[in-house]
Amino acid sequence: MATPGIDEPRIASGPFSSYVLDSAFDEMFDAQRRPRQHYRALYELLLSLPVEEMRRKKQAADVSFLHQGITFTVYGRDEGTERIFPHDLLPRILTSAEWETIERGLTQRITALNFFLRDIYHEGRCLADGVVPREMVYSCKHFRRQMRGVTAPKNIYVAVMGTDLIRLPDGRFVVLEDNLRVPSGVSYMLTSRQVMKRIFPELFQYTDVRPIDHYPEVLLTTLRALAPEGRGEPNIVLLTPGVYNSAYFEHTYLARQMGIELVEGRDLVVHDNVVYMRTTGGLRRVDVIYRRVDDDFIDPLAFRSDSILGVAGLFNAYRAGNVTLANALGTGVADDKALYAYVPKLIKYFLGEDPILDNVETFLLTEPAERRHVLDHLEKYVVKAVGESGGYGMLIGPHSTAEQREEFRQLIEADPRNYIAQPTLMLSRAPCFFDGKVEPRHVDLRPYILCGDKVTIVPGGLTRVALRSGSLVVNSSQGGGSKDTWVLQ
Amino acid sequence: MLSRVADSLYWMSRYLERAEHTARVLGTQLNLMLEQGPKSSDRRWLRVLASLGHTGPFADDSDPFALAQAHALRQITGGIGFARENARQVREQISSEMWEQLNRLFHEVKRLESAGLWKSQPLDFLAVILESSHLVQGVTDSTMNHGEGWQFIQVGRFIERAAAIARLLDIYFHEFPAGQPMDSGEHMEWIGLLRSCTAFEAYCKVYTADLRPERVAEFLLLNSEFPHSVRFAADRMQNSLEAINQAAASRRSPRVAKIAGRLSAGLMFTPLEEVVVGLAEFFADIQQQCARIHVAIHEVYITYSIEAAIEV
Repeated sequence: MATPGIDEPRIASGPFSSYVLDSAFDEMFDAQRRPRQHYRALYELLLSLPVEEMRRKKQAADVSFLHQGITFTVYGRDEGTERIFPHDLLPRILTSAEWETIERGLTQRITALNFFLRDIYHEGRCLADGVVPREMVYSCKHFRRQMRGVTAPKNIYVAVMGTDLIRLPDGRFVVLEDNLRVPSGVSYMLTSRQVMKRIFPELFQYTDVRPIDHYPEVLLTTLRALAPEGRGEPNIVLLTPGVYNSAYFEHTYLARQMGIELVEGRDLVVHDNVVYMRTTGGLRRVDVIYRRVDDDFIDPLAFRSDSILGVAGLFNAYRAGNVTLANALGTGVADDKALYAYVPKLIKYFLGEDPILDNVETFLLTEPAERRHVLDHLEKYVVKAVGESGGYGMLIGPHSTAEQREEFRQLIEADPRNYIAQPTLMLSRAPCFFDGKVEPRHVDLRPYILCGDKVTIVPGGLTRVALRSGSLVVNSSQGGGSKDTWVLQ
Repeated sequence: MLSRVADSLYWMSRYLERAEHTARVLGTQLNLMLEQGPKSSDRRWLRVLASLGHTGPFADDSDPFALAQAHALRQITGGIGFARENARQVREQISSEMWEQLNRLFHEVKRLESAGLWKSQPLDFLAVILESSHLVQGVTDSTMNHGEGWQFIQVGRFIERAAAIARLLDIYFHEFPAGQPMDSGEHMEWIGLLRSCTAFEAYCKVYTADLRPERVAEFLLLNSEFPHSVRFAADRMQNSLEAINQAAASRRSPRVAKIAGRLSAGLMFTPLEEVVVGLAEFFADIQQQCARIHVAIHEVYITYSIEAAIEV
């Protein structure tokens, strides 16, 4: 191996003394252990700042999160369920070229998925042509037969999408999963940028970071574009399940930033298929609902009758075209993890284009051959329940016990449609700050895609990081944290 | 403004006022107990119980002191808990400073309660409550937009205050009818009443320390400048309800303003001589009108029927 020249910066001692590269793609260093061009400024800053100063910055960031009450709720524990969102100090940086590919790829993806959703709830061409097996769609837990024949305004079923991307060892971004129901986390993206600007003014000064602060405004424009026709100044509201929901902080944050009313189900009434909110000044008509309540709970008359979070009669008002729901109901069918495997085909079918962002190799366990293969090598695969999110209902083969594998074997054999398997992927790693040291941790990336009159993706997203050394699970409910994501000009 | 939000702000403020008032009544009585023997104290604690809405009958062997303490503590901690819970539901509507103060008060009370300060140093405990409650009110007035939401906070505070003071007066005048010679013990009780309404110093400024029941009644009922008099509370309530009515657009209705105006006018224009003749009825009437205003607010702004609102 050649010795690098004197002037070439390399992973040095100092805070990087325990920074080890492995087979995963490293966001900061190339294979020759040199910092990548777009990470230079951060690298040099880290070398020059005293450890004490870094600790102080870390502390300042933590306090700032605490005071703003930026928290999330972990389900299934009794006490202290409200927690500060764990946050890493160092930004994850993307070049404009990398971002351009991501942007094109995601725009293509949301466009195709909206075509797909319109199709399956109307003519079903893609089913008739055999692109997707009928039973795959109709057996999906999130397929809503009530939506048959319901046309969303401008055929936009998914107005807000959060897609999880990961970076493979060869540096390519691929899609791990889509979130088409009520994707959350965007408030962490926005608030962590505000905190970072306070903590690292010197870095922002010398780096051309593209702004993301206009997200709430773009979201509002998107929602306004989807208002029912003939409603000049539409009344837009955000529907939250209430204070006990894990993302309540985000709901209040977005409502405040957009200047719209934050409502609960009990604030809304439906009369003659028109939705109103109950105000001290009387009933006020509601035109667009950015709903953060799941399909199942949104209308006890149409869906789960035991729901008290929803609004009785809302679905009929929606069918009548008097109110817009964003996202539309029944969009979850397209983020089913088994249907995910068909998305590249759907892009080809509806747009006639090759997918710009590839999928991760996925085994459908309904196929006998694939199932046998996966069951024989469970320790190598990640098995996921198709309708779950947030890292629940998952088996990570290499980190599992024989007992867990046996449990999943039985689950899969009992209901193969409910599971898919993917090879264990080496997520890329990015530098994180841990008490005076910089160490690499695995990360993913969730950009937020907005689709109204046009598709807009604010440059950045939520970089989630597995804070435990070696861990590949980035979900906040499973010990993950977040990083600010910078896209350079 | 959403009806639910208005309702939460109203109750947040009402519960806090209730906790503060209870803390003050209790603190005053504990202070008096230090100066007088335990003999007269049973009656006094029965009075506290009555002011909290517990009129008995109590078991023969029950200890009014213990009973009153337990009820009062529950009213205070419960009130602060409910105030915070209501604030939590409308966090995005109130200022961060308000939320922080209220949240801090809630955690402080929990801490003091579990640390046993309530038992060992009750007066310190109550002082913390009073101080923090004043702080929340001050922060509210100086950091929150004085719009519709703030007006609902005002209404909640003053309706609670007017009713609580009327109830307290009712209890005292029932036990010590006016126009009878006063012994030194009774003298202390009237001071206690004034102190329960933070009114002792203010009273002295107007009438000197010469305590007479009619004057106490006049001061706590009809004084227009003292924040803990019924009239002051009724006036503020009326102002706020008028502002709310102005903002209410299609729900604008003279109904609430009329009832509130009647209460306010009664306090403004009834001569003292007339009030003194039928004190008990007068007190009862105030409490009743407060209850009616409460119902009217809810019927007009919060829980109105959909049919009624659609026709407008």
